[in-house]
Amino acid sequence: MTRTMAAANSEFCISLRNRWVAIAVVLMALFSFVLSAAGSAPTGQLGVDKLSITVASLTSLAVYLVPLVALLMAFDAVAGEIERGTLSLMLTYPVSRAEILVGKFMAHLGILALALAVGYSIAAAVALWYDPQASDGIPALIRLFWSSLLLGATFLALGYAISAIARRPGAAAGLAVALWLVAIVLYDLALLSALVADTNGAFTKQVFPWLIVANPADAFRLYNLSASEATMVATGIGGAANTVPSSQALASMVIWPVVAFCLAIAAFRRVVP
Amino acid sequence: MQTLTLSQVTKAFGGTIALADASLNVAPGERVALLGHNGAGKSTMMKIILGLIPADDGDVEIVGAKPGSHAARAVTAYLPENVAFHPSLTGLEQIRFYLRLRGEDPRLAKSLLDRLGLGSAASRRIGTYSKGMRQRVGIAQALIGKPRLLVLDEPTSGLDPVSRREVYEILDQLAGEGAGILLSSHALTEVEARTDRIAILSKGVIVANDSLSNLRRRAALPIQLQVTAHPDAVDEVAQRLDGTRMNGARVDLTCRDDEKLNRLGQIAELGQMIEDLEVVPPSLEDLYTHFSRRPVQ
Repeated sequence: MTRTMAAANSEFCISLRNRWVAIAVVLMALFSFVLSAAGSAPTGQLGVDKLSITVASLTSLAVYLVPLVALLMAFDAVAGEIERGTLSLMLTYPVSRAEILVGKFMAHLGILALALAVGYSIAAAVALWYDPQASDGIPALIRLFWSSLLLGATFLALGYAISAIARRPGAAAGLAVALWLVAIVLYDLALLSALVADTNGAFTKQVFPWLIVANPADAFRLYNLSASEATMVATGIGGAANTVPSSQALASMVIWPVVAFCLAIAAFRRVVP
Repeated sequence: MQTLTLSQVTKAFGGTIALADASLNVAPGERVALLGHNGAGKSTMMKIILGLIPADDGDVEIVGAKPGSHAARAVTAYLPENVAFHPSLTGLEQIRFYLRLRGEDPRLAKSLLDRLGLGSAASRRIGTYSKGMRQRVGIAQALIGKPRLLVLDEPTSGLDPVSRREVYEILDQLAGEGAGILLSSHALTEVEARTDRIAILSKGVIVANDSLSNLRRRAALPIQLQVTAHPDAVDEVAQRLDGTRMNGARVDLTCRDDEKLNRLGQIAELGQMIEDLEVVPPSLEDLYTHFSRRPVQ
């Protein structure tokens, strides 16, 4: 535990120096503020409180931003140590590779939590300022917070796996961007076009719900939107997947970080310094 | 119990033999120098000892433990060649990190850096350090937690003569407390004075492994006698001693160790014709060249 904390402490220190903490916090704060300010324009006809609407917009934002920030923090974790030549020395210390990786994970997840907490608090404050009824949306915001952390944890762990497999920071960065594009953008596009092309409906009924649950980002969006009263605000995949029970989405969100982290440790163990 | 035992360790990368049948011991308190050309297998041997890469064949034991095991890593300190650290961390933060990894009190970091003469730079980022300063951070981390075995790859590279001396004094102290030290170096003169035993690696084979005086005896390299003759008698001296005229006044002779006294007697007989005499035993460079060039049996 001391060793894991040492790794976490060191990693946090490095992220603080590299301005990663500042970048993540400012990014989340900025986007949350813009979204909540835009969402707080007088609408009225939806009949739900402003914070719930903001949560729906934040969900759509977080699906893109949280995996991106997580991958950007994670891609250097192993490859950077190899490149700098610091890994071989660290591995001669009485510390396991899992302990090192868990330490880095704790630091990165902590930074993500800080950024999300700041961003979402700003969103809540803006919504409450315009609409006293917005306190109704606080449970949805809290759910968004911890589910965002689960999403972030998944992509942090996937980032470590990529970092260990690529072994060079340049290649790892490329793979991280590719993973983000495929998992977050292209996956949904492919599903949508498949839905459109599907004429007899077998795909839509049998396969599609599973494909939605299988993608951690879609599971995240689905879980937050189906649990929220503002589902009607959502468009595209989120609206199309009403058939998937949110318990399955939740299960996917919990299982993904565990699987991804096991994958990352397995990949890291294969690295020969 | 030996601090380090390698028995018949073999390692190949692809088809290239990096280490062939290498056997070596380091006893507690013993300082062993590992010499060899670039690519002779020194770093490979060290990485196998540290458990960073597995050996293809043979056995390695560190104080009775397998290399790479928790027990072995807990008692082993390592200084890699061209040691590197994260440039964003300060020297103090970096050493605190290593102290925590070894379960030591992180508050010891300052005194450790002071000991290596880095006290005033401790709060600066390592990115601003010179090569010599980074090397000293590397040595500082190798001293953490009273290691029983130190594996040091070129410990004094990038250090000035005074710092080199200080490093060897620290190593002597550790050896005095019972630590076994295996170090590689290209600075043969310091190895000569500061180690108990010398192992020479050539193309992955340990071609010599003995104390310096025994290596001298085994190699039986000629001793050089440099005679400075009186300017008027150089030719006569060269002729009577059967030596080689080197320049205006010098005559060089070589002889085996057991002929040395005879030759000195001959020189003394020349009396007034001789102005000065210097006896040059084979240097470690000569020995190193001798052993590493020998064909591998």
